[in-house]
Amino acid sequence: MTAIYALYSDPDHVQRAVDNLRAAGLHDRDIVVISSEPIEEYEFSARDKATWLFYAAGFGGVVGLVFATWLTTMTQKAWPIVTGNMAIVAWWPNMIIMFELTMLGAILATVITMLVAANLPKRGPKLYDPEVADGKILVGIENPPSTSVQSIERALLSGGVARLKKIGARP
Amino acid sequence: MQEEITRRISDDLLRPLVETSWRFWLLVAVLGSVVATGLATWFYQIYNGFGITGIRNPIYWAFYITNFVFWIGISHAGTLISAILRLVNAGWRRPVTRCAEVITVFALMIGALFPIIHLGRPWLFFWLMPYPSERQIWPNFRSPLVWDFFAITTYLTGSVLFLALPMIPDFALVRDKSTGWRRRVYAALSLGWQGTTKQWHRLESAMQIMAIAIIPVAVSVHTIVSFDFSMAPVPMWHSTIFGPYFVAGAIFSGIAALIVAMAAVRRFLHLEAYLHPVHFENLGKLLLMMSLLWAYFVFAERITVWYGNESAEREVLLVTQRGSFAPLYWTMIVCNLVIPFVVLSLRKLRTIAGCVTASFTVLIGMWLERFLIVVPSLGHKYLPYSWGTYRPRPVEIIITISTFAAMMLLYTLFSKLVPIISIWELKVGEHPFAQETAAEAGNHRLWKANP
Repeated sequence: MTAIYALYSDPDHVQRAVDNLRAAGLHDRDIVVISSEPIEEYEFSARDKATWLFYAAGFGGVVGLVFATWLTTMTQKAWPIVTGNMAIVAWWPNMIIMFELTMLGAILATVITMLVAANLPKRGPKLYDPEVADGKILVGIENPPSTSVQSIERALLSGGVARLKKIGARP
Repeated sequence: MQEEITRRISDDLLRPLVETSWRFWLLVAVLGSVVATGLATWFYQIYNGFGITGIRNPIYWAFYITNFVFWIGISHAGTLISAILRLVNAGWRRPVTRCAEVITVFALMIGALFPIIHLGRPWLFFWLMPYPSERQIWPNFRSPLVWDFFAITTYLTGSVLFLALPMIPDFALVRDKSTGWRRRVYAALSLGWQGTTKQWHRLESAMQIMAIAIIPVAVSVHTIVSFDFSMAPVPMWHSTIFGPYFVAGAIFSGIAALIVAMAAVRRFLHLEAYLHPVHFENLGKLLLMMSLLWAYFVFAERITVWYGNESAEREVLLVTQRGSFAPLYWTMIVCNLVIPFVVLSLRKLRTIAGCVTASFTVLIGMWLERFLIVVPSLGHKYLPYSWGTYRPRPVEIIITISTFAAMMLLYTLFSKLVPIISIWELKVGEHPFAQETAAEAGNHRLWKANP
């Protein structure tokens, strides 16, 4: 992996750098911004907001509900026990199991989808700098096209006070 | 200056992970030995049989089920409170949430252990699980004990994930700040977290959904625990009020446990700059509100029984208020209502020490409340010839004490391995954008505390 990135202390500078990179012809999907905490107050942070997580949670809930319905009714029909004069398939107690497994399905689907969408766990080389842990904000481009390296460097440096760094070298 | 504040937050909250004093090891040794004694006592009980406990006909549920209900109640401290505070976006929640969520996970683990201890033959526990056995025998889904299994499993799974997800960015921070084996361990735990805008959005969306999902689950768990009692035709158990009454009691005791845990963390990990008196004051107000709500439920339950004047229920009512259980009952009232009301309603007394004192009394009072729900009713069922008494035996007392030690031990070890306050969430609360001017930023309390 090759990358060019700059580290900033000020989110205003980050916003400027992102705007300059866009002006240099780069797409939002190519611009990586890394910080040690979410920075909601700036436009650059509003990218990538659209998510399927809510739908995934709903789907997981439906799967849990269907499974619980099948599990309880199948069990009660396969092993019919008369308990306290209740019906063999007793919906009142079954609803408790159905509720719990619906929620469990929604929770598990949320977490799995979140991990997949956030690309976790991530192994192998990735764009990162340990200075992010000290509060720096990283703006960079992974695998930049060799023709636009100079314009990317200019865009990053014109964002404000920044230190430019590079990872790897193109063959 | 903001970078300096960010660094200071990281350094302060990571300090407990890297610095270990002899006091820590002493505490772990003492608590560990109490837990080991409890485990040895449990094995002694398994070896000798349930006859060495004080559990006799007709009181088949006693200390162990009291502990089960108590610990499940304590578990409501964390995930439920944290989820509500997240959803309403309460800014003061940031240093509190993880302290609270940890309580949920450990209290649930301890609470769920008690039905297994109470089984007498714990190796048959798996019969509760729905699996296709070769005899085609499945759990009876009409049994409240099976509902417990599903409710606790769902709540524990949800709570563990609710706790674990926001820990990932903090693990990444520890990874970057540490070296050697610690770095390798935390690198694995951080799952390769970078902190891209996409990852932050996904994490926050997931936490939002989990918060929405976990609140009804938490309510359902203690409602289902109450169904263990209210589904049985036992005097003063068979009541429609038990669901909300148990949930209110659970939140009540949970907040008390959270205040005690936060005070301990603040003192022993020197986190005074992060856990402020205002956090205790806010939680103290919540505790006061729950105390009044609890008192309302007790009143509503008792006046209905008293007015109904059904003979078996009246016996249970009288034995708790005037009979052999009266000292415990009135201690419960003093601990759960009188002391919290006096201490927490007066602003002058609503200090950290006042809140902790009230919380301690609430914990005692709520344990007594659970005991008074379980034992007097079983000892005074409908036919007087079946009445009985209960005296706890040493095994039950030792196992009970050891679970309190287990809770403290697990909490201590956790705070040694994971930042007990969510660092990234705290940083969000300290953003420079919140400081409108340079002068305000210069007056930041962390900056002033140690410029």
